[in-house]
Amino acid sequence: MAQLEMPFENIEQQHETNTFGMWVFLVTEVMFFGALLSGYIVYRYEYPDAFAAGSGHLNLTLGTINTAVLLCSSLTVALGVRAIQLDQRKSLVFFLAITILLGLAFLGVKGTEYYLEYKEGFVPGASFTFTSPVQSNIDSRHVELFFLFYFIMTSVHAVHMIIGLSIFLVLLIRAWRRRYSAQDYSAIECAGLYWHFVDIIWIFLYPLLYLIGR
Amino acid sequence: MSMLVSAPEAEPAPALRLGRHRNYLNSGYTVASWLFSTDHKRVAILYLIAVTLFFFLGGAAAVIFRIHLLTPKGLLVQPETYNKLFTAHGLIMVFFFLIPSIPAVLGNFLVPLMIGAKDLAFPRLNLASWYIFMAGGTLMIGATVFGGVDTGWTFYTPYSSMFSNSNVMLAALGVFVAGFSSILTGLNFIVTIHKMRAPGLTWFRLPLFIWAMYATSIIMVLGTPVLAMTLTLIAIERILRIGIFDPALGGDPLLFQHLFWFYSHPAVYIMILPSMGVVTEIIPCFCRKRIFGYGFIAVSSLAIASLSFVVWGHHMFVSGQSIYGGMVFSFLSYLVAIPSAIKVFNWTATLHKGSVLLQTPMLYALGFIGLFTMGGCTGLMLAAMGVDIHVTGTYFIVAHFHYIMVGGAVMGYLGGIHFWWPKMTGRMYSERWSVLSAILIFLGFNLTFFPQFVLGYLGMPRRYYAYPPEFQVLNVMSTAGASILAVGYLLPFSYLLWSLKYGKPAGPNPWPATGLEWTTQSPPETENFEVTPVVSEEAYAYDLLKLKEGGSGSA
Repeated sequence: MAQLEMPFENIEQQHETNTFGMWVFLVTEVMFFGALLSGYIVYRYEYPDAFAAGSGHLNLTLGTINTAVLLCSSLTVALGVRAIQLDQRKSLVFFLAITILLGLAFLGVKGTEYYLEYKEGFVPGASFTFTSPVQSNIDSRHVELFFLFYFIMTSVHAVHMIIGLSIFLVLLIRAWRRRYSAQDYSAIECAGLYWHFVDIIWIFLYPLLYLIGR
Repeated sequence: MSMLVSAPEAEPAPALRLGRHRNYLNSGYTVASWLFSTDHKRVAILYLIAVTLFFFLGGAAAVIFRIHLLTPKGLLVQPETYNKLFTAHGLIMVFFFLIPSIPAVLGNFLVPLMIGAKDLAFPRLNLASWYIFMAGGTLMIGATVFGGVDTGWTFYTPYSSMFSNSNVMLAALGVFVAGFSSILTGLNFIVTIHKMRAPGLTWFRLPLFIWAMYATSIIMVLGTPVLAMTLTLIAIERILRIGIFDPALGGDPLLFQHLFWFYSHPAVYIMILPSMGVVTEIIPCFCRKRIFGYGFIAVSSLAIASLSFVVWGHHMFVSGQSIYGGMVFSFLSYLVAIPSAIKVFNWTATLHKGSVLLQTPMLYALGFIGLFTMGGCTGLMLAAMGVDIHVTGTYFIVAHFHYIMVGGAVMGYLGGIHFWWPKMTGRMYSERWSVLSAILIFLGFNLTFFPQFVLGYLGMPRRYYAYPPEFQVLNVMSTAGASILAVGYLLPFSYLLWSLKYGKPAGPNPWPATGLEWTTQSPPETENFEVTPVVSEEAYAYDLLKLKEGGSGSA
């Protein structure tokens, strides 16, 4: 059975409160990314050509693979929540493990992309190099701005993923030790909500960064 | 005094005498029992100590530059130091005193008590928010002590991101970190108010302080993340030297102002809404009347919270934003006056035909209404673009926002502290001294800031370390007022501390007031209520309280 913690009157209230708290937290996250997205939108509106040129140098194939990987991981999380609701502890462990593997795969691909971009000199800062095509009026500083937003947005997203994966690792160990049951699964559900949110952020980042100007 | 106040003066029943009953104060005396306590009441006291410290630090900076401004050429400090002083004053007062003051101290203490809960929904998160706040505060103090910051509290770019050689990074990091404590507090309150109310306590039976805290929490939760991201972008620009906001490198400084004010205008309502909530509790108690227009006051809090997010452009009328943008922002800013005025009218209507008792909390509440109205009306002048262009960046602005933030927010905070002090500590303070300090603060405040309206109107710019000789008389008046104000603020500090040891035991309901928090012992026991209360009547049932008192024959 679930443990009733201090301020709550009953298990139902505790479960509802935890889930609701997670939703409110996700609202703050939306605003956090929202500020970044609005900055991006302002500059894309001001420098559309430079942003399209920058976007053209991202690796579309790897980005698309990563989108698929992340969507699959959201599915496995949802299946995991479903499993524990039906009291299938072993399936929960299985789905959590798959989710972690998919998440690590995403980070691996993302790291590869970063490495390729680093090799080409797209990391903003003193070593940034971008040769504008001849006879275009694209300012390389504006392309640098695109890459800056690209790196900030994807790395903030990656930090969220690392946090999510760490949580899942803890949940995996606890699930293995029979900590969760059909009566007590709000931790799984909350972590799942968080993971779906991280997924949705990527659904916005992918077209904004990879698909513009194509 | 009327029959009604005779009840509190009666000796409390022996069982309720201070120290006899088990309560949150005597449940542990070690330092660890305070630093690791998740009891919302203990966390509130931790916050009280912290914000008091920051208040006096920020105040000390103000004292130094007010003395400096006694003469046209400046008395005390170098121009660079002057810049650092007003920046420290602004940053500390806004982010480390005003924003946490009522929510983190009174809100923390009262929200669970007022809704009949044992604690906030997430007690450990609540304690964590205090540690985060202290970490942010430490960074802020560090930034001030080791070199200071000279950007002004607004961190305007590109000066802050590219040119300032002061501790911008450290200060911005401090604000960034403290922001998370604000987010967590807001989140905790929203969830608590939704999910932890006692049986029978429907939304429209809630005390209006709870509505105010709810509206405040919404702003904290929606606004603060934007500030966090904005400060992160400044840090990145400073580290990488890339033009996110610097026009010389292709960035847009207006974007910074938009993002900054998207948080920092609503932040004004983080400061004032809780004070409005406090005043709404005090006034019915000291009129012995039901609040007038409960629903309007409740909904106007939410209306203020929503409108606060669409008026930020009125800080940027002269920044070069589009004139049509300016007109829309001007119109929207006028709209905020409607819910604010609804509150003022409802308070006034509550006073009408009430048995008004001029005790200390009421003096602060009445002071709040007057000063807030002054601040609000000058705010309307500033929302008019034609006027704003002439007085923006002058002392008129300084006076306006101090009428809101000091005349409004601080008066409400002090009123609340005096109102709930007996509940928090179980002791009464000296009424004579507290009345004196309330009057000193009101007079000192007006003498400090009213001349600044005139100075601004005459064209004295804010943030200058020197001024033309013809402005000296008004500046001397302002400094004289500031010294009265300083005495006024030191007094409560002294007599409230004195009351901890020598004050009369308060009993559970000294005023007497309605509300669940007054049905517990003073100070409340750790679990707040022995049995979860069941609520069967509206808030502010002072007519029923009167009947009960009459019926029990205590009067």
